[in-house]
Amino acid sequence: MIKISIQNEEFDVTAEIKQLSSKSIGAIATFCGMVRDSSKDSSLISLTLEHYPGMSEATLEEIAQKAKKEWPIDSITIVHRVGRLKPEEMIVFVGCASAHRHAAFDGCQYIMDYLKTDAPFWKAEETKDGRTWVSERENDKAAKKRWHLEESN
Amino acid sequence: MKIYYFAWVRDYIGYPYENISCPKTVTTIEQLAQYLKDQSDGHRRAFQDLSSIRAAKNQKFVANDSEVADTDEVAFFPPVTGG
Repeated sequence: MIKISIQNEEFDVTAEIKQLSSKSIGAIATFCGMVRDSSKDSSLISLTLEHYPGMSEATLEEIAQKAKKEWPIDSITIVHRVGRLKPEEMIVFVGCASAHRHAAFDGCQYIMDYLKTDAPFWKAEETKDGRTWVSERENDKAAKKRWHLEESN
Repeated sequence: MKIYYFAWVRDYIGYPYENISCPKTVTTIEQLAQYLKDQSDGHRRAFQDLSSIRAAKNQKFVANDSEVADTDEVAFFPPVTGG
């Protein structure tokens, strides 16, 4: 099963993990992405996330499908928040449930690496100096390249 | 043609969406961007450096030389920064 949710509301990590669980599941690996204050003087007031409705859900669904094809993963949940978030709030949750841990760990990392470069979300930081759009990170592009499983796509 | 803008591309242009009819000479994403660039000061600022903009056609990433037609939904936006 694949569950994709793009939402304004906070998510409940424990509830998400419970939903992923079943009798045949021996491992659930999860990732939480947080609002981080990277401003020089720790003056981050908020982070506003926006997305391209339709394309964002379809992209996350496609990434999850690819992960399921590569590893024996039973269920995947991806929750991505949009709207105005405060420092230390959670932005994204990825959970992969499998019989064993390796597929669950790898699936989580793979999904995050592709989400970072392929899913149409954008962040704007609000500090006391105003609002600025966050730039893409070269590290993120490099991270995706390590999965040379599917260069054919 | 339906055109959507996101993040700072939208901020420069001033609105998130427009419906335009392009001249027949516009057949690719790059030609569309060049055409849009002349529509206003905001468009000019948004499309000043095409290398900093990404495009999607019918909600899939496409390259600059990808063909576009009147029935397509096109979007222009900065490199993505989610997660």
